[in-house]
Formats: sequence, C-alpha cells, structure tokens
Amino acid sequence: MNDIKRRDPRAEWILRNRLHPEHSTYALTQATGRLSEWIGPTGVKRKNPHLVGFIGPAGVRRIDRSGAQSNQQNTVKAKVDIDARRLIQIDGPSAYIVVVPELPGGRFSAQDKDLFGLAQQLAAKQSEATAVLGVILSPLKDTELGDVGMDRVYFADESQCSEYDPETHLQQLTAIEREFNPLYWLFPEHTSMSADLGRRLSVKLKVRATSHLWQLDLDTLMATCRASGGASDLYRPVSRVIMALAECAEPVSDTRHEARVIDSSINAADVIKRIRNLGAVSVDPAKVALSEAEFILSGGKGITNWDAFHQLARSLGATEGASRVAVDDGHMPRDRQVGATGTWVTARVYLAIGISGAIQHLQGIQACDKVIAINTDPGCDMIKRADLAVILDSSELIQSMLDQLQQSQVEVQHVA
Amino acid sequence: MSRNLAKLPSNDEVSVTVLVSVGQHPVTGRLRRADQDARALEMAMGLSDAEPRVIYAGPLNDSIEPALRGYLGMGVSELKVLRQSEQNDIVPALSAFLNATPSSVILCGSRAELGESSGLVPYQLADALGYTLVANVAVIEKVAASQAVVLQALPRGQRRRIEVALPAILAVDSASPVARQSAYAKATRGFINCVVSDTEEKDATNEWHYAPARKRPKRLKIIKATSARDRFKAAAAKAEGAGGQVLTSVTAEEGAAAILKVLKEEGVLKT
Repeated sequence: MNDIKRRDPRAEWILRNRLHPEHSTYALTQATGRLSEWIGPTGVKRKNPHLVGFIGPAGVRRIDRSGAQSNQQNTVKAKVDIDARRLIQIDGPSAYIVVVPELPGGRFSAQDKDLFGLAQQLAAKQSEATAVLGVILSPLKDTELGDVGMDRVYFADESQCSEYDPETHLQQLTAIEREFNPLYWLFPEHTSMSADLGRRLSVKLKVRATSHLWQLDLDTLMATCRASGGASDLYRPVSRVIMALAECAEPVSDTRHEARVIDSSINAADVIKRIRNLGAVSVDPAKVALSEAEFILSGGKGITNWDAFHQLARSLGATEGASRVAVDDGHMPRDRQVGATGTWVTARVYLAIGISGAIQHLQGIQACDKVIAINTDPGCDMIKRADLAVILDSSELIQSMLDQLQQSQVEVQHVA
Repeated sequence: MSRNLAKLPSNDEVSVTVLVSVGQHPVTGRLRRADQDARALEMAMGLSDAEPRVIYAGPLNDSIEPALRGYLGMGVSELKVLRQSEQNDIVPALSAFLNATPSSVILCGSRAELGESSGLVPYQLADALGYTLVANVAVIEKVAASQAVVLQALPRGQRRRIEVALPAILAVDSASPVARQSAYAKATRGFINCVVSDTEEKDATNEWHYAPARKRPKRLKIIKATSARDRFKAAAAKAEGAGGQVLTSVTAEEGAAAILKVLKEEGVLKT
C-alpha cells in the first residue's frame, strides 16, 4: 500500500462544518484513527483531542506523546519516518571551496567535519552557486560522504592514494587548483598529513596562509588565529589557504549533500620523489601517554586474573588503562586511571573489561569513537554506551582472546 | 629513542645548520630560548662532533640578547645574527644567506613562540632554496652524504620512518628529545656575531593586530528536538551510545572472535 498521506479537502470541510448532514459519519470514520490532526484552511495545524490517545486502565483517556504506547495512528507515522534533512544539489557550480580532510584511521575526524561545516558556511555566503569539494587523498572507510557536507568529491587514484606522500599529493592539489581555481582551500590544523600539505600548497601558490584559525567572521571575513605559540590572538583578513583548528565551526547537520564524484580526469604531473615513506614504526604501547593513546585496553573490578590482562594488552598492542576501583585496589598505577578523576582519554578504540561505567568513567571516555565492553551485568551503563558489548565472564573471554591471537600468529608464521 | 641514533661520518661533507628564534615562557611571558629550536640544536649537536652553525634572523636588542645566549649556553661558541627590524619578513634574508653558504641539513623548530607563529618559515625557506622538507621530525636515525633517515612524530605517540634526499630542511617536533640545560658561563663566553643587517622589505601585515589569547568558547550542545518531551529527554539523558550491538548468551570463543573482528576492522590490531 502507498504510504503517502493524501488530503481529502471535502472530508476536511465536512469535519469543520458541524451542521453538515454527513458530519457525524465523517467524524466516526475519523475515530477509527485516521484524521486526528489536519491542516486548517489558514495553514494552521488543527487537532481533535478527542480522537488521539487511548483509554487507560482507569477508564480515563491518556495521551502519550512519546509515541511509545500508542495505537495504530503512530505505527503508520513511524513508517513514513523519512530523512527530514534537506537534500542540497548543486548543478554546474560556478565556484568551488576545497576541503582536504585528514582522515585519521580512514574516518572523518570531528575536526574534518567542522571544516566541512565551515566550508558550507563560506559557500552559503557566496553570491553564486558554490560547491564544496572534498579531496580524498588517503584510504577512506566512511561511506556517508554527503552527510559530512560534500557537494563534490575527488578521489585520488589508487596508485597515488596513500597515508603520507606530500610530493605526489601536492601535485594533485596544484592540478585541482588549475582545474577548479577554488575560492578557498581548507586544511585541518595540527594534523600530520593535511596541515603539512596546506603549508606546502600555500607556499607553492604564493599565498600567505591563515594558520591556526579558530574563528571566522563570515561577514567581514576577518579571521581570529592563535598566534605566538598559543599566547595571543591574531586578527587578520582571511586568505585563500586556511588551516583551521578543531571546533572552528559547527558541522553540517540540517542538510544532506549529494557528494557527486568528479570524473573529469585531473592530470597531475609526475614528480621525482625526494621523500620516501618507509612505513610506520612500532612504538611500545606502554610508553604512549594514556591521553593520546589510540587503542586502550582498560580493566576494572570485574577482572580476576591481572596477569592475563597484561598479557592480552601486550599481544593486542594496546595501551593499558584502568578504572578507579582497579587503581584503588592496587592492581594498576594511578597514572593509568581513566575518567574524570584520572585521565581524559581520546582513544579511537576503547576496550573495557569488567567496568560497569561510573559516570566519571564515562565522562573520561566521551571522546572515544568505538567502545567495546565486556561485562557480566547486561544492565550496566558501560553496556549502554558501548558499540559492541559481550555479556560474559572476563577471565574466560580474555583466555579465549589470547588463544585466538596466538592461533592467528602461528598461522601467519606458517604462511611466512 | 631517547637520543639521536645517528652520528655523521667524520670525513663527510655534511654540514649542519640550526635556525633559532626567540621564545617566550608560556606562563611568565619572559623571553627565553624557544623550546623546539633548542631541541633542534640538541639534535644537531648529537649529529657530529663538529659544532653546528647556529643562525638567528630577527631583531636584536638588550631584551632579546639574554634569550639568544640560552643557545650559546648549550655549548656552541658562536651564534650568527641576521639582524632585521621587527616588521620585516625574515625569509628573504635567511634564504639569501643560506644560498650563499649552503648546508646540507638545516634544522629548525616547527613553530615560533612569538609573532604570527604560523609554522610557515621552514616551508618558505625550502621553497626558496629548493630543499626537501620534512616536518614534525622526532629523531634523526641516519645521515649519509646524499640522504637521511628520520622518524616523524605522528599524533597519538606514533612514529613514521622517512627517507629524505639531502639537502633538506628538517622541522623538529615537540616530541623530540628534550634539550640540554643552558650553562650560564658558556652562555656569557659565547659570541653573538652580527653578519647581515636589514634588507628593506615590508610585509603586508598592516591590517593585522594582536591581542592576548581569548579563552575559546565552549561548544554548546545543540538540541534539535521538535517536541517538549524530546527536549526534556535530551537535557536529562545520560551518555548513551546509539544502540550498540549486545551479545548475550554467546560462548567465550564467539565473543572473542566478534571483538577481534571489530578490532581488525578498526585497524588497531596489527597482526
């Protein structure tokens, strides 16, 4: 059946007119739950309170606006729950604003999203149709590009798509500059790839970049930048190349964008490479500061075998953390305590074993992207916060994780 | 990874130059040697037994001189000064000087502690001199006649190994080893040698003005709710994930496999 609601102007008119001979019959059909609210003749929404709700156990009519406890009306409504955000399509834009996101771990960071928000705000201020072009230079895992705020997206070729290759990437950016001549170039500041590229590009384009921007007045185009190593603010007119700090603008949330892939080939000239990336170096995870660790294995009261916990942290290559209880009991040092009373962590992946999730602890892990919880109590707050939760005893699970890790290592050795 | 691993071969012609600037203590505001530049000098002193060439470009007066002596106190005997007025861009002077007396490795800090501190100087210099540039260097592992191997500091305490062709400018990160202390006697003995003074070149920075850093406003939680009940729920709600997956009544093997799968997908599990 078709889900689209259709108006019946005649029925509405009869319902409004109590003196109409057919009024009572129409009111009855409505009582079966179809038209408890309608748009009045002046465009105002009208409601008939006698027709909403249900009769409660005491014989009194109850109205539950949450939609949790309702009869058929709301089930129909829930079906028609489509994306309320406006879809914005720009055909044939006359100007471009380019954003080069950092994509740590192949995902859009909060800072990347803020930059797209800033780019959309800048685009909205332009008099002609301006599209925001996202330039993806490193491998990407996220799929919802339009939600981030990209009107157009350019993917680097697979051969040129890598984590760090500034010379090749710079060639691509200059090719994009030639092709689109963008109004602004936006790069996230304090990042390893994009901030570096932005500076290289600004020097190549002979533009004095606006660096460390944290506020931009869209009317006067005056930028507020952190200067003197963070001790002062510099107010200056914004330039074409912008390196912006996190939270420089609100990310895009009300609109969806089409993220159309640019297929016109962009001919980047080859370069003689003078910088060669020899790959990541393994760093002892135990020496990484807890606040900047990428992957934290955290243990709490539910852990019985701490030796196995430490062994698991070693074989996973995770930095160790602990809840307050574990620290108080002397199982872990104080500098490893996670939470509002310990360290606020920023890990991308947080694996919590035997932690029920006190509010202070949950505050401390607010910035974590993926939380995995192992606990025996299915009702605890950590399970509610977690993206993946396993309801099991910790010692068994740690043991079987260790076994599986060892097995996979043995397999790798056999292959090698 | 505490100290530089590299030592220059003694007969090699790899000369090292360190570019320094004046820093400012973040709390007291007193002028001092800049932290990252001092780390760069420390790195250069670890590279060879020969003394690195230390160059400062910028204004020179009675308040700046003691700060510059902080570098001399680390054990170098001479500091060359390209004297410029305060408004002047230092890059033309530096590039002209370095063009005349080249050096195969130039070390400097990533970001100054005074002025605009945009971190653009190494890039502009590399462009002007035609040198290779690597930013955020944490450790220099090896220096040979034509190339160097360095470790680059990444966010989250990670490192990346990079081979770079010389001549190169290496911008040193704050993650590099801490600089040695400055000795007062050595600092007073050292020479501050004015090599070049002002080349007139004015910046287009008239419209710029500085003010003490304002505290950044805390981001507000924007609640987009249509009904009063939704607004109340958003205000009263505790931190909740958007409906995570909960595995109940699974065996330990299945649970472990599910967790390891997620860890692999996220790319944090290296094996």
